[in-house]
Amino acid sequence: MTAEQTSGEFYLSIKDLWKAFGTFLALRDISLDIKEGEFICFLGPSGCGKTTLLRAIAGLDLQTRGSITQDGKDVSNLPPSERDFGIVFQSYALFPNLTIEKNIAFGLENAGRSKAEIATRVKDLLKLVGLPDQGKKYPAQLSGGQQQRIALARAIATKPGLLLLDEPLSALDAKVRVHLRHEIKELQRKLGVTTVMVTHDQEEALAMADRIVVMNHGVIEQVGSPTEVYREPSNLFVADFIGEMNQIDSAVANGGRLAIGEDSFACHAHDFSDGAAVVAAIRPEDIIPHEVGYQPESAEQNCIEVLLHEMEFLGSFWRCRLQNDRFGGAELIADFSINAVRRLGLAEGKPMIIELPADRLMAFDRSGES
Amino acid sequence: MTLASSHTSELPPGKDIKGKLSRDDLMMRGGMIIIALYLVITLAFPLFSMLSKSFSTYRFELSQYEFQVSDEAGVFDGSVLTGAALNAQTEAYADSDLSTGADGRLGVTAFFPEFSFRSPVMYQIRNVAENGRFLVGSTLYDDTAWQTLDSNTFRRVQLRPTKSTGVDNFISYFSTPALFNSIKNSLWIAVLSTVVTVSLAFWFAYALNRSCMRFKGFFRLIAMAPILVPSLLPGIALVYLFGNQGMIKELLFGASIYGPIGIVIGSVFFTFPHAFIIISAALAISDARLYEAATSLRATPWRTFWTVTVPGVRYGLISAAFVVFNLVITDFGLPKVIGGQFNVLAVDIYKQVIGQQNFEMGAVVSVVLVVPAILAFAIDRMVQSKQVALLSARSVPYQPTPNAAADRGFLIYCSLVALFILGMLAVCQFAALVKFWPYDLSLSLNNYQFDKMDGGGWASYFNSIKLALLTAICGTSVVFFGAYLVEKSNGFGAGRAVFQMFAMLPMAIPGMVLGLAYIFFFNNPDNPLNAIYGTMTILVICTVTHFYTVSHLTAMTSLKQMDREFESVSASLKQPTLKLFARVTVPVSLPTVLDISIYLFVNAMTTVSAVVFLYSPKTTLASIAVLNMDDAGDIAPAAAMGMMIFYTNAAARIIHLIASRGILRRTQAWRTR
Ligand SMILES: Nc1ncnc2c1ncn2[C@@H]1O[C@H](COP(=O)(O)OP(=O)(O)OP(=O)(O)O)[C@@H](O)[C@H]1O
Ligand SMILES: [Mg+2]
Repeated sequence: MTAEQTSGEFYLSIKDLWKAFGTFLALRDISLDIKEGEFICFLGPSGCGKTTLLRAIAGLDLQTRGSITQDGKDVSNLPPSERDFGIVFQSYALFPNLTIEKNIAFGLENAGRSKAEIATRVKDLLKLVGLPDQGKKYPAQLSGGQQQRIALARAIATKPGLLLLDEPLSALDAKVRVHLRHEIKELQRKLGVTTVMVTHDQEEALAMADRIVVMNHGVIEQVGSPTEVYREPSNLFVADFIGEMNQIDSAVANGGRLAIGEDSFACHAHDFSDGAAVVAAIRPEDIIPHEVGYQPESAEQNCIEVLLHEMEFLGSFWRCRLQNDRFGGAELIADFSINAVRRLGLAEGKPMIIELPADRLMAFDRSGES
Repeated sequence: MTLASSHTSELPPGKDIKGKLSRDDLMMRGGMIIIALYLVITLAFPLFSMLSKSFSTYRFELSQYEFQVSDEAGVFDGSVLTGAALNAQTEAYADSDLSTGADGRLGVTAFFPEFSFRSPVMYQIRNVAENGRFLVGSTLYDDTAWQTLDSNTFRRVQLRPTKSTGVDNFISYFSTPALFNSIKNSLWIAVLSTVVTVSLAFWFAYALNRSCMRFKGFFRLIAMAPILVPSLLPGIALVYLFGNQGMIKELLFGASIYGPIGIVIGSVFFTFPHAFIIISAALAISDARLYEAATSLRATPWRTFWTVTVPGVRYGLISAAFVVFNLVITDFGLPKVIGGQFNVLAVDIYKQVIGQQNFEMGAVVSVVLVVPAILAFAIDRMVQSKQVALLSARSVPYQPTPNAAADRGFLIYCSLVALFILGMLAVCQFAALVKFWPYDLSLSLNNYQFDKMDGGGWASYFNSIKLALLTAICGTSVVFFGAYLVEKSNGFGAGRAVFQMFAMLPMAIPGMVLGLAYIFFFNNPDNPLNAIYGTMTILVICTVTHFYTVSHLTAMTSLKQMDREFESVSASLKQPTLKLFARVTVPVSLPTVLDISIYLFVNAMTTVSAVVFLYSPKTTLASIAVLNMDDAGDIAPAAAMGMMIFYTNAAARIIHLIASRGILRRTQAWRTR
């Protein structure tokens, strides 16, 4: 990351942050800078420390070491009430005995606003989240998705500089989730509020985030835009956690090529030395199919003949299992478009040629495996 | 490329970040400290005073005093005698006379057989050591200077005892069979009552939960009735039934109701609801799937009962047993009324303190009584935590299937139990309305003219209502707010743990012990809180503290079910926690708040044990009036007053029910979807 940069140009800067629960280290040496207006997702498997980091940012559970700067102000040890953020929890934490209107108005009171002002703001907010005439109802009378929006409206009512969302969509069913995903993103863009969202759903992160922070076992594995973390994962964990990845044991041969079985392949640039044992990795959708007899233009094209031994129709594409004896017995998974399958006449039990594009074939350190 | 391995996995050295406390944090900690202090002052300090009292012995140390006697002309010859030597010569006092209490005084003229207050002989007296003390009239001398006194003044000399710390009180307790026999008595009464109550309550609860018997609601109501009366009321009913002029005393075949029989029957009556609630709750959570499994394995009902039902409620049974044991062993009112010559620990405390003014021995008996009470309490707590674990794993509730024969059997059984409970109450009501039992059975309201009897009259009744209302209002506020602070404040782990411990303590302390401890602590002129002694305030404080634990646990259970993030949301919206508390927490917990207040109200109406040491002529209470009128032989008015308590509590419960419904409908519209 860009640790040398001064925190001045960032809205939120986390520096060398640690969190210990007794002897257990839930967060280790976290540093992260977030620009104003950015939508950041913390993504990682369950228990990796996402919520812990979010709560540290909110001041709900203080970090053990390290500092947090928000909007140029050191907030490291401030209580939540002295920081500037709105928050939505997985449970929504709507006040069950207050109407929707009163829930949203809760944070607007005691700040010198008149009753009329508050009422107008509540009305605007209800319209903003698409529930203009539900104000008189109680939370229990709304659906999960509606409650979620009310929680969001309550969180942004006071126009906080930072919006924190802890798995806001995980309690909803798949359809509603996809729908709200867009709405939240839309709203965030409209308001321009810096947002940090915790999720363990990679699709959600890829669809919503400007930048994704991939976490594992209390450390940040990679920070990058969705395409970056997807196309240029910095290690095997990230590669494996986001999307799917074929992994093949290999060694670095002369000239940086990857030796797999009896062949060697050109690959994406790396800095392993010759002879190092690595994992060669390629995504299923990056494998290019060719018909039998296809003549590669050069050896750099990484073409090999394989046996297509199983095909599975997954709606928008075919998932194919490919075998090649010379390939150290490893099985490759490839996703081919319906179009390609039809065009090339691919069928189970038939041989075919595949191409492993050199810039999509990556080498990873084995220890990065989780 | 190897990012993960580049991270060190040791926390860097340095200090942990300390959060800056928000105003709310400070407020909440402050509140917690205040309520904890309340518990320290109203519980820990008094108990400590009592404990130290039990280890204090007072003795006249005669060797600490020296005397000189003049001739008739008032001339001293210089010969000095110690008090010990004089006592040896005259044998004025036996050794046991020299042990005394904190207020002991000893005259000295007995050392001089030819003493006459008209004689011209002069006397001199002094302390040998600086800490010796004697009084001349009301003047205290604690130096070593000689005091010269004429005969008339000398007779007003009184020695004061010296305090020492040690186990002497306990030695004398355990060497007095009349005293330590009570331990055995108390224990076996408690064990016997426990066995009987738990068995009765188990089958009653079983019938209500596991059969298709009719009138379940009615039986449930009856089972709870004994909670509404003081524990001594069944004693009065038993006197009417089986006493010297009892209606059906022949049924005892010459045995006397005054003693263990009466105590056990009465204890079963007043502990029944407690056992019933616990066992009923345990039965209600058992898993129907286990029964389905047993049926599919073709287990006999008998086998199913022993392999599924009993293990399922074992924690409930154990918990009920210890609760009943604790109630019986610490109860004072019932054995006082019906115990006769049969001594038990709780009554011993009363007799030592009120009867013999021997406070040190009262403290010793208290310490003895606290031991089984704390043990029973601790075991109950352990068992209850297991029960909770069982509850969270709950699944399909059991649905009983009709069985005509069994249902009829249960109906007969429950009717008998209900008859027992209602019968006791009916006898009291009947006795209260009869003119002069057993000679004139015509009805009258004479027994309600409390103002003509001992015990404080109608004023007692109104004092009781005042106490109950104040206890309900103050107690509920303090307890609920305290529970909120412990449950929802951030950090401060050690403080919260200490608070929890203090909140649990009252349950383990028998009422008699608490009351006596209050005497030692508050009736001490050096204590600035001495002013509340003898007022309504001390009664309220004592009652709130006495019933703190159950209220606290009720509040905690309800607060734990509330979303933990409410406080986080409120803080993020920069709203004071108190606003959240008032606008959300209290309204949402209103049913619990009302439950706590009715619990406190009813208990304040019926409690005897703690307040019996603390009431003053201006603050007599109805429950105490029952005790005192019974003591004075006015048994019918005692029964009448007892029933007044019953009706008041029943009315309070009904009002509580209506109020809860009304408030629920108004403020908790959100509960109905
Ligand atoms: N109060 C606590 N005391 C001890 N350990 C804790 C505490 N809170 C969290 N942990 C531990 O810290 C680790 C990180 O927890 P955290 O809640 O941040 O995970 P998460 O990434 O949000 O997971 P999930 O996706 O399941 O919500 C976990 O191993 C958890 O067990
Ligand atoms: Mg989480």
